[in-house]
Amino acid sequence: MSAVAHREAARGGLWSRRSLGQKQVIWAWSFLAVPLVFYVVIRFWPTFQAFYLSVTDWTITKPAAFVGLENYGRLLGDPLFWQVFRNTFLYLILGTPISLLISFVVAYYLDRVRFMHSFIRALYFLPFLTTAAAMAWVWRWFYQPVPIGVINDVLSSLGIPQQPFLRSTTQALPAVLAPAVWAGLGFQIIIFLAGLRAIPVTYYEAARIDGLPEGAILRKITLPLLKPTLVFLVVFSSIGFLRIFDQVYNINTNDPGGPLNSTKPLVLMIYQTAFSSYEMGYAAAQTVVLFVILLVISLVQLRLMRDR
Amino acid sequence: MRFGHMLASVALGFATLASTGAKAVEIEYWQYVFDTRVKAMNQLITKFQEANPDIKVKQTTFPYADYQTKVAAAILAGQGPDVVQLFYGWTDNFIAGKMIRPLRAEAFPSAEIERDFFPIVSAMKRGNDYYGLPTAVRSLALFYNKKAFKDAGLDPNNPPKTIDELVAAAEKTVKRDGSGNIVSAGMTLDMGGQDHQWWREVLIRQFGGVPYTENDTKVGYNDEAGLKALTFYTDLQKKLKVGQAGFMDEGQAAFRAGLAAMTIDGTFRLGSFGTIKAFEWGVTELPANAQGVRSNYASYFANAITTKAEGEKLAAAEKFLKYVSSPEAMKVWLEVVGELPARRTAALTPENISHPIYGPFLKGLEYSHTTLFKDEAAQRQVAIDMANRVLIGGEDPRTSLAKAAEAEQAIIDRAKR
Repeated sequence: MSAVAHREAARGGLWSRRSLGQKQVIWAWSFLAVPLVFYVVIRFWPTFQAFYLSVTDWTITKPAAFVGLENYGRLLGDPLFWQVFRNTFLYLILGTPISLLISFVVAYYLDRVRFMHSFIRALYFLPFLTTAAAMAWVWRWFYQPVPIGVINDVLSSLGIPQQPFLRSTTQALPAVLAPAVWAGLGFQIIIFLAGLRAIPVTYYEAARIDGLPEGAILRKITLPLLKPTLVFLVVFSSIGFLRIFDQVYNINTNDPGGPLNSTKPLVLMIYQTAFSSYEMGYAAAQTVVLFVILLVISLVQLRLMRDR
Repeated sequence: MRFGHMLASVALGFATLASTGAKAVEIEYWQYVFDTRVKAMNQLITKFQEANPDIKVKQTTFPYADYQTKVAAAILAGQGPDVVQLFYGWTDNFIAGKMIRPLRAEAFPSAEIERDFFPIVSAMKRGNDYYGLPTAVRSLALFYNKKAFKDAGLDPNNPPKTIDELVAAAEKTVKRDGSGNIVSAGMTLDMGGQDHQWWREVLIRQFGGVPYTENDTKVGYNDEAGLKALTFYTDLQKKLKVGQAGFMDEGQAAFRAGLAAMTIDGTFRLGSFGTIKAFEWGVTELPANAQGVRSNYASYFANAITTKAEGEKLAAAEKFLKYVSSPEAMKVWLEVVGELPARRTAALTPENISHPIYGPFLKGLEYSHTTLFKDEAAQRQVAIDMANRVLIGGEDPRTSLAKAAEAEQAIIDRAKR
């Protein structure tokens, strides 16, 4: 208090001459400045530094030297990068539509259920609260071969040959994706439910009085009015799948991203380049590429799904 | 009166605190957190400070995952340890970053080091200089489940001595269900564990090759010997079906659970296997080939003096390093941590050699090799992928081997720049 009084006295009429509106603006900005400065120092400054590092050959122990676009050239010529690029988009292309479809169907029907509604909703939300690492370890155990793998135990007791799951280059990625989709469902269902509840009941009543069938109601009323919810969820889950890391890393800690890099996403490649091989410059170049991908995809999605 | 006493003793306390505080040189020692290692180091520090009251040693520890990054960041910022523990494979990195200094020849004569330590200490030598000394070393051995041996009609006190005997024992001990799925492995296959070391430094040599040439800067295994070694390894799963990569998730987990008759692992696993209650297990030397050729892979954490230590701190650091690499310290380390002494005389005592568990590991040290890794994690990944291409992808071992050699050479070449 005394500091404020002191400042007012020192600046004399300057402060008191301001109108009430101006004073409010100044106050608002001085409060906003705190998170703003925090964001600039903690988020934006390192981001800019990453751009700078991506044109150096910094390795933590050796001082950074400028190498131009060498890191980007190496990245384009690295077959691992293209494999990882493909994997990352597989997570996105499979993960986003599947998780949205399932969560919409669940939300659509859950919305009509009155019996134990909150309890069922809570059940769907539970996985979202669980630590990804813990979940990945449990699923890793599900996928093991006999005699400890739950799924394979069931399969072989039914006389079906056991499946390699995480030990297969074709099955591993869907196997890693499944728990990731499952974990995200709860959140998406809650958002969908909120979106469904926000649609005025009068539209439905009018449609029913006009004798519109349920399918048409869904297509003509529910889906169009859910668009803002849908845009939010598509962007949100796309970014989530593009940044997938903990599920992949923890479900196969002995060979993260394996077997044969078939489940390795870009973020995991960045992590290994930076904190296992200590090639910080090369890792920074990969980070810049990820940044650009996220930016482009978010912008494209926002434009495509914007209300005309 | 009582108050006067108290005052006097407090004053005396301050006086002694001040005087020792002024005289003692304080040096910092850093290592990663591992319960028994920290405990052993605390004991060594206490003993060292008793013998050298003018030196105080402060131990700092943190998780292994951040170790290298933190040490690098601290030393470059002019902070951090005077004596630091590092994996031998990080030496090049630490030297390049000007983080550690060569040991002064007057304090640590090369001739003495080479006479007293096991030859693997040479991995700390660059040019004529040694950059650090180990307290303890680790080697590999074959762990076997005595109960599984007995159940299969094998003599539990006569473990396999040759590769052929290993294969025969694995074939006898493996158990499969009606559909042919392995329910208990004869031999674990886990390239991500210690198998890549076994393949690289042991099997390749036993099939007549060398893993690397020119001071470990050129990959040397892309030949018939390498091919035979890889084929032998992958055939354990593909042809003989005595083991399966990924069975029970990890080789050591399978052995612990009693679901694998044999596994290859290192001294560092003794603590974990020591808690097994369900069955009795034994240790034997890694099997020899038909001509009796044996090999082993040894590794170690060394202690080095950093560039931060100068003047009296440097002298104190040298004294401390001498102590932690003395026979006395090695004895403590063996008792508390279970790791083998790095000096021949401290290790090869009759008592140690006839020890049923330490014995086989110690014998391995005499003929062991130490790979000069440039990027251990990445080079291990090359071996994992090489095996997976054959085991999962069904690729021809020759093609997979050539790809591995090329990928590993690229890693080594990049580190040289």
